[in-house]
Amino acid sequence: MVIYALLPACAVSIYFFGVPALSVLLICTLGCVAAEAICCKVMGRKMTLADGSAALTGILLALNLPPSAPWWMSLFGAFIAILIGKQVYGGLGYNPFNPALVARVVLLISFPVQMTTWTAPAPIGSGLDAVTTATPLGEMKTAVMLTGKLPELATSGFSNYLTGNMGGCLGEVSALALLIGGLYLLYKKIITWHTPVSFAGTVIIIGGIFWLIDPTKYPSPLFHLLTGGLILGVFFMATDMVSSPVTDKGMLIFGFGCGLITVLIRLFGGYPEGVSFAILLMNAATPLIDRYTRPKIFGQIEQEAKS
Amino acid sequence: MNLKTFAGGLHPPDGKHYSAHCPIESCPLPDELIIPLSQHIGAPAAACVAVGDQVKKGQVIADAKGFVSVPIHASTSGEVIAVEPRLHPMGKALPAVVIRPDGEDCWDASLQGADPANLSVDELKDRIRAAGIVGMGGATFPTHVKLSPPEEKKIDTLIINGVECEPFLTADHRLMLEQSERLLDGIEILRKVLGIERTVIGIEANKPDAIEKLTQEGAARNIEVQALEVKYPQGAEKQLIDALTGRQVPSGTLPMEVGVVVQNVGTAAAVSDAIRHGHPLVERVATVTGPGVHAPKNLLIRIGTPLRHMVEQCGGLNGDPAKIIMGGPMMGQTQLSLDIPAIRGTSGLLIFRREDLPTRLEAGPCIRCGRCIGVCPIHLQPTTIAAYARLDMIDEAEGYHALDCIECGCCTYICPATLPLVQSIRHAKGGIMAKKRTI
Repeated sequence: MVIYALLPACAVSIYFFGVPALSVLLICTLGCVAAEAICCKVMGRKMTLADGSAALTGILLALNLPPSAPWWMSLFGAFIAILIGKQVYGGLGYNPFNPALVARVVLLISFPVQMTTWTAPAPIGSGLDAVTTATPLGEMKTAVMLTGKLPELATSGFSNYLTGNMGGCLGEVSALALLIGGLYLLYKKIITWHTPVSFAGTVIIIGGIFWLIDPTKYPSPLFHLLTGGLILGVFFMATDMVSSPVTDKGMLIFGFGCGLITVLIRLFGGYPEGVSFAILLMNAATPLIDRYTRPKIFGQIEQEAKS
Repeated sequence: MNLKTFAGGLHPPDGKHYSAHCPIESCPLPDELIIPLSQHIGAPAAACVAVGDQVKKGQVIADAKGFVSVPIHASTSGEVIAVEPRLHPMGKALPAVVIRPDGEDCWDASLQGADPANLSVDELKDRIRAAGIVGMGGATFPTHVKLSPPEEKKIDTLIINGVECEPFLTADHRLMLEQSERLLDGIEILRKVLGIERTVIGIEANKPDAIEKLTQEGAARNIEVQALEVKYPQGAEKQLIDALTGRQVPSGTLPMEVGVVVQNVGTAAAVSDAIRHGHPLVERVATVTGPGVHAPKNLLIRIGTPLRHMVEQCGGLNGDPAKIIMGGPMMGQTQLSLDIPAIRGTSGLLIFRREDLPTRLEAGPCIRCGRCIGVCPIHLQPTTIAAYARLDMIDEAEGYHALDCIECGCCTYICPATLPLVQSIRHAKGGIMAKKRTI
């Protein structure tokens, strides 16, 4: 189901980045499936490929990589996701962190050059050659650091950001395609509104506050929303059930934390993009959130009032 | 219409179309009646007849033992042919009196009806107890106990449970439609016993005909009818009280704590029979339904009727039965044989064939989706309790309020990993209770 929801985003990324995007997707997906199969075999566990979770992790990982990612890096990431992100904890259901994000961050730290080399979109049939470019968030960070002012791209070009006509990871580019997938998940009741609304809402509000303080230095909430991995994170990464809180209230807190950390990293951190770190940090806080958001059981209110 | 309800719950496909339109039919006498001595919550009754005795319909065949217990009666006239353990719906052989009917179906002449207006509250309660009346929604808690709250608990509301939220069951629905006079009379008697006026009948909105009929007929007697959202477990006692009065029964206590007494519609009707005619609880309406029977029906059965006989009255089995459930599909008990008798709490008999049952996938790991938490009407965290139960971490399970679980089964129903959650929680509850007993 979740895989279906990601298909529009995959299609858009292949349209803009062509064969390299397709190969990243294939390598990651097959790599994750292979890693899962090997793990199950070696550890003597039941084969769990049929649940589709390994393939999903692969697709999510691919969407978190730049289209120019070399094949060995994609494959390495796939194995990290399944081995370190999931199987060492006991497999599906027991991983404290989102496996795809674990892999992305490992790759980001280990191979910073390959992970931040972006190609400009060259839509199929446009005859354009792939050229190196920067992501809007990256360019903004550089510009703000150098000049203290926002570059022009932070105030215009929003329609390109919406459709995905910009540099970035496979899944960072098309907000619209991701939005369609996300709404499908909501409609099918696979995810609830709590985490996405709270996450995106926090980014809009906190980002908006800074923007109001100094619109020449801080980008608008819309820019925050449409660039980078925010939409992907909001709908597909932060909502991962295994590594996020179980109660509605917990999800709201979780989303708020993700949003806050994302904006802080984007505006003040060393990295241009903070969605992955934000979600991983909040993953770590999940058990704590669960503990403090245990629902009040039926009949407990009066009992407490009485005693 | 403004429908009241509670937080949580779900709506499984209700399957009520099989039998909702079938008028109550009287089930003929079987060849033998197997009447278990344990048909209620509390101490089993003690047999007071012997093999060879001739008994009349309504005659006491087993005496109550203690306050939370009721006597058991012969449900037809005939000869006692055995007093021995027989297979019981609980899943094991338990003491029972077996009667071979003489076909006369002759009432015990000593049973006398009375005008409730001429009886005192204590006399009414004694008659209700002597008639063996228990909660007929399925829990079979002795009714006279519910009607005897301690002095300090002031009761102000009587709730009549006509919700019938269990899928497939239509016995209460038909009873409300066809026997409203009995029901309303019983309610007036219960009201007199409790010394209160305010009475609300709660009915799920999927029974508009019953709601309309009882609203009209109840108005003259100052009995209110409230339509409720169609959602399981709307008929669970505490959820029903919450929906109708906004009061939450404190954890670990009984409804009387919030001034409410709840009685099932079948129980109220049985109270009327007990007082007006002196007739004890020897028969009840049960829905025999499901795709596994040819002609689903609502049957008026004698207590002790073998399930096989009930199925025969409904055109017999349709294909091979794969699952036989006594009660509703959510909380009913799976039966291993059709030779088991129907008892006072038997609200229905459901029969499914292999092809009607979902292919049960092997239970997968919990992916923490939280759906069980969303549907739990008690707002528990079923998956957490179940995980502790699987590890036999009984104290931790208790800390997560395992004992508050009403075992409605919503969690198991909704779990996408098909984990047997309510079953694990039941295991934890058993462990907690066992531990409490040893301390």
